[in-house]
Amino acid sequence: MDLYEYQGKQYFARFGIPTSRGGVADTVDEAVAQADAAGYPVVVKAQVKVGGRGKAGGVKLADNADEARLHAGNILGLDIKGHVVKRLWIEHASDIEKEYYASFTLDRPNKLHLGMLSAEGGVEIEEVAVTNPDAIAMLHINPLDGLDEETAREWVARANLDPEAREQAATLLVRLYHCYVEGDCDLAEINPLILTPEGKVHALDAKVTLDENASYRHPEWEEYADDSDVDPREKMAKDRGLNYIGLSGSVGIIANGAGLAMSTLDVVTQAGGEAANFLDIGGGANADVMAAALEVINADPAVRSIFVNIFGGITRVDEVANGIIEAMRRVKLSSPVVMRLDGTNAAEGRALLADHLSDRLIAEPTMLDAARHAVALAQA
Amino acid sequence: MPSPWPRPRSGSNRISAQQTLKGTEEENVSIFVDETTKVVIQGISPTSQGLYHGLRNKAYGTKVVGGTNPKRGGEVIEGIDVYSSVAEAVKETGATASFISVPPRGAADAIVEAAEAGIAFIVCITEGIPAQDEALAYNRLVRDFPDTRLLGPNCPGIISPGKCNIGITSGDIALAGGPVGIVSRSGTLTYQALHELSQQGIGQTTCVGIGGDPVPGTNFIDCLAAFEADPETKAVMMIGEIGGSEEERAAEFIANHVTKPVAAYVAGVTAPPGRKMGHAGAIISGSQGTAQAKMEALTAAGVFVTQNPTECGEKMVSIVRAFG
Repeated sequence: MDLYEYQGKQYFARFGIPTSRGGVADTVDEAVAQADAAGYPVVVKAQVKVGGRGKAGGVKLADNADEARLHAGNILGLDIKGHVVKRLWIEHASDIEKEYYASFTLDRPNKLHLGMLSAEGGVEIEEVAVTNPDAIAMLHINPLDGLDEETAREWVARANLDPEAREQAATLLVRLYHCYVEGDCDLAEINPLILTPEGKVHALDAKVTLDENASYRHPEWEEYADDSDVDPREKMAKDRGLNYIGLSGSVGIIANGAGLAMSTLDVVTQAGGEAANFLDIGGGANADVMAAALEVINADPAVRSIFVNIFGGITRVDEVANGIIEAMRRVKLSSPVVMRLDGTNAAEGRALLADHLSDRLIAEPTMLDAARHAVALAQA
Repeated sequence: MPSPWPRPRSGSNRISAQQTLKGTEEENVSIFVDETTKVVIQGISPTSQGLYHGLRNKAYGTKVVGGTNPKRGGEVIEGIDVYSSVAEAVKETGATASFISVPPRGAADAIVEAAEAGIAFIVCITEGIPAQDEALAYNRLVRDFPDTRLLGPNCPGIISPGKCNIGITSGDIALAGGPVGIVSRSGTLTYQALHELSQQGIGQTTCVGIGGDPVPGTNFIDCLAAFEADPETKAVMMIGEIGGSEEERAAEFIANHVTKPVAAYVAGVTAPPGRKMGHAGAIISGSQGTAQAKMEALTAAGVFVTQNPTECGEKMVSIVRAFG
């Protein structure tokens, strides 16, 4: 789960990471009030979960209340790469002496935590990685050891941070590591991390991605729940606990397991069709889950046929079959269903469905046959 | 004898090289498990997934020697003796492997408990373990229990047809006798791969589902090394998926160390690009993790790259039939 900048900064604050004084605003009046409270000059920043805000006119400097009012009015409602700005973050503008980059994430190939620190921040860090890789000081951290102040001090020296920034940066990095580990982040990134002319080091931006698998031990994450940018089909699926991504084609897809679902998209494309969605009903999918999945797909007006591709492991095919029968009882499906059912209890599942087969509910022996049939029906 | 494999960058490869070499000295090997493997089911209760799958594994012929549950030591659940800890189960039964399907919040501790008890092979199918817990448990194994192999988490398990089945794979879709080894990152596509071969009468030596979590205990390279060293395995079928750089790393390993033919499929050729906000991940892998990039790397390594699981199965069948 990605956080907005303001949420990231609030999350940082929990771990003692210094950020600029500021507040959130949803209206122009609120923006002016927040600007007054932060103290001019202020920066008015669009809160969207997409990069390139500055270039799109979503970040503006204001020296007084009139300018704050003008910029807030312009930025609220602005469309940035398909994300409409509904909320602003207003903070006291910092004078910047130097811009650095700092992040922690998991180095999956090496199975260790990886800290990245650079004296060349404020720019696209991927570009630095390509043009001047030596400018990024990497630090692998074994989760059993963690990061101590002494190691952090060596690290900031190795990254060539300015001498006056080093002590504060080392302290901040240890806190950022705690935020990353105890805060269960997949990514905790600050770009830029700044040094002010007064010699203060603090985070001017915040990119935080939380590991949703850890949400059970973070009740405070509830406030981050956000469906403002979500496709209405995706919202309906999410409400039913389904892993769904809306696409633009006409073949609705239901599969169990992310790999099989992706593979189902692949074979539909190879059969000359286009998928309307990605939907993984996961392991252990029972009749209720199957019925919910069919309801979500049925609600998509672009769908012309539905391809149910199940290979039972934990998921038992007889349960899936009951789900299909139950869903057809509950919902009037507007598209025909083509099924491929294999795996655990497949014979029982097929037997359950035998009496229900028709030109609206079709069984095919293989994944490729089913893909071809579903595509043909979608294009008929 | 020195290891034929390059010095690994991470701990996991080191384990595999040792185990692989050990394996070649034995007769009739499959990789990682065989008919002598004794399995204990961690976190067993009358309503647990572990009991359901454990009973299925037992019915398949796997030596399921017991279960554990701190609150149910001494009970017998559907014919399975329950011990209060893995250590006790090992002492009483000589268990060598464990099967974990407990909920995410207890899974990492269960992995470490098994390793502490001396279990050599741990299969963890639990989905949804926090990445921080996985990283901690994995590194604990590397540092303190280098002889323990973890498969998973979030994987379907392992089946050596006719010998041993630990996990959630339906035994009746596998066919004993070899000669194909299967390694897959995706759960359901692992079954699809087995199914494609068995339908054509082509058997498998071992089928390993390594899972798609951020910190897999066993990776493609571990399995490729083991299959290369296993005299019964004549060819390898590999199923990858988009994201990360495991397939690219496997391609490099195949180019340098695998002499047996490999056919591969990478799921997600047509998947929509994921929304990514941060940038650190792409820098580490040096790759966008697309199916295209993975397929190109595998092709360059001499792997037969196919467009879907059925085509991959067909390619494998034709390779095996060409052996005569």
